[in-house]
Amino acid sequence: MGGFDFAYLAAALPLLWEGMQVTLLLTLFGIIGGLTLGAVLAVLRLSRTRPVALAAAAYVTFFRSIPILLGLFWFYFLVPIWLGRPIDGFYAALAGFVLFEAAYFCEIIRAGIQSVRHGQVLAGLASGLTYRQTMRSVVLPQALRNMLPVLLTQSINLFKGTSLVYIVGVRDFLTAADVIGARDNRIVEMYALVAIVYFLICFAASLLARRLQRRYAI
Amino acid sequence: MIEIEHLSKWYGDFRVLADCTTAVAKGEVVVVCGPSGSGKSTLIKCVNGLEPFDEGRVTVDGIAVGDRRTDLPRLRARIGMVFQNFELYPHMSVTENICLAQIKVLKRGRSEAVARARALLQRVGLADHAGKFPGNLSGGQQQRVAIARALAMDPIAMLFDEPTSALDPEMINEVLDVMVGLAEDGMTMIVVTHEMGFARKVAGRVVFMDEGRIVEDAPTNEFFAAPRSDRARLFLSKILQH
Amino acid sequence: MRYNWNWAILVTEPYLVWMLSGLMWTIAVSLVGWVIALVLGSIVGIARTVKQPLVRWIAAAYVEIFRNVPLLVQIFLWYFVLPELLPPAAGTWLKRDLPNAEFWTAAVSLGTYTACRVAEQLRAGIQAIAGGQASAGLASGLTTVQVYRYILLPVAFRIIVPALTSEFLNIFKNSSLALTIGLLEVTSRSRQISEYTYQPIEIFTEATMLYCLIALLVATGMRIIEKRSALPGMIAVEAR
Repeated sequence: MGGFDFAYLAAALPLLWEGMQVTLLLTLFGIIGGLTLGAVLAVLRLSRTRPVALAAAAYVTFFRSIPILLGLFWFYFLVPIWLGRPIDGFYAALAGFVLFEAAYFCEIIRAGIQSVRHGQVLAGLASGLTYRQTMRSVVLPQALRNMLPVLLTQSINLFKGTSLVYIVGVRDFLTAADVIGARDNRIVEMYALVAIVYFLICFAASLLARRLQRRYAI
Repeated sequence: MIEIEHLSKWYGDFRVLADCTTAVAKGEVVVVCGPSGSGKSTLIKCVNGLEPFDEGRVTVDGIAVGDRRTDLPRLRARIGMVFQNFELYPHMSVTENICLAQIKVLKRGRSEAVARARALLQRVGLADHAGKFPGNLSGGQQQRVAIARALAMDPIAMLFDEPTSALDPEMINEVLDVMVGLAEDGMTMIVVTHEMGFARKVAGRVVFMDEGRIVEDAPTNEFFAAPRSDRARLFLSKILQH
Repeated sequence: MRYNWNWAILVTEPYLVWMLSGLMWTIAVSLVGWVIALVLGSIVGIARTVKQPLVRWIAAAYVEIFRNVPLLVQIFLWYFVLPELLPPAAGTWLKRDLPNAEFWTAAVSLGTYTACRVAEQLRAGIQAIAGGQASAGLASGLTTVQVYRYILLPVAFRIIVPALTSEFLNIFKNSSLALTIGLLEVTSRSRQISEYTYQPIEIFTEATMLYCLIALLVATGMRIIEKRSALPGMIAVEAR
């Protein structure tokens, strides 16, 4: 492999950083949207009304069965038809990510809540707390501590998954590197750079998740 | 104080409780014993409504537990319960465990709740452990904190669901001593347990259950001296071996 | 919404054959990738639990590298970068002479990526039973290799069947990424046909149904395996 030309890299940096910003924005809003929708889904999934719980379960199973890429295509090709006008690929992709991540976050939240021993609920109720008070003071604090490392891991997965928007033409970090590499015939260096950057970020984040797991999980 | 009349409960086809009838007067200590699966835990959980039941009536201090109009959380605040697995909240300190229900249910102020907690910890012999977390305590210590937590609500009656079954042998006595103290102070208690020594010491009556039925319900002396049913006799002979 | 519905397009030639061919490529690349993942993943997973620190370290490095780089980037590395890094003769062969290069590249990248996840599940499975079971085996005179072969691995594989189910399904889903290097699998064909026919809703619905069908078959198949291999009183283990 030809030696890394650092001057070249420095010149490419602004474009790469722009791409990285898109990646980070997609990740951030994907997490926020996915967590919100996922929390709602988790509550529905745990509901005692059977049809509601089944509907939420069907949603989760469906979105975990099909590839995210197919979902991105749905939004990218079909939302413009539905709306009657073209939309920015970024928003189409974001909508897709939110819907998919919600399914994964829902399962993590549900597992977190169910990981708290049933005896804890009984103890809370037995002392005269209402069900809602018991959930708020006894169950949720414990569930959140158990969930946190896994939520972080799933967020890291989303960060990696945003690279898929390359395929629908959104100018993220991977796309930027690809464009620069193709333009200057430096594709090897660019792809290697992308791999190294992703590795460093994700590796550091996963170490953090592991430390959180050790310290806070009950 | 506590009346159980013709209580029955099914899990699907399986009959967990079959026509159980008994009563506990104010200040009385009743021990409920029997083989595993006899329904003792389920029975006691029906008293404070943690388990719903299908037939019969349960009344505590005149209030019907099974009535849909009954304010269950309010009733439960007046009944204390101690669990086999202690069930202290692991994310809260000992003091916070004892204060949670006082503050949220009885609406006591923080300083009043903490003072009460301190007094109760003193009573169960754990005054020095106020700031510790359940994970730092032994089983016996955790169970004593659990008893203090239940007493903090100033209950009219206390329910114990196999309080010493999850404890190492050397810690059983420290918990039983606290319970004996409670009984001698006149607390109304229903205790599901295998500890026959405790029963002989403070229980006024023994209720023996088998396969969901109350098979015997007799004053303590009578029960131990001359059990009337074969099943009770068999159970006692096995239990009193060691 | 202005749209010309035409559900008949799904059974019109040549689109029907195209889609079926896409399905065949999806299944083929996923199965080959899965075999690679199982074999390689088992080796790495076991390597993560042995006593020798160097072996453990190399296996851990493998897992971390393949886990923290996005799969799409890995596919690009295999397809575009690897041929450049090899000696010229090998590189040229890869680029020009290898038949079905997209298929094999996709299968290998799917396989090596999934292998690191299989390795983690197997490691968790082994470590869940390691302590007592291994001691019992060693105490009776078995060598370490025998302990792995007769005690740890048979049980570890059984208890990770549910976790492996989701990894197996993931390979089918991830095979869609192979469209970027030109493999004409289901998702790729869907995009192609919808661009030819301007009927994206019908085509993408068909693709969605196909993936749901695959998911159903995978879940059912693995449940049968789970039932057949279950040991009484066994709990399932899942690595995070």
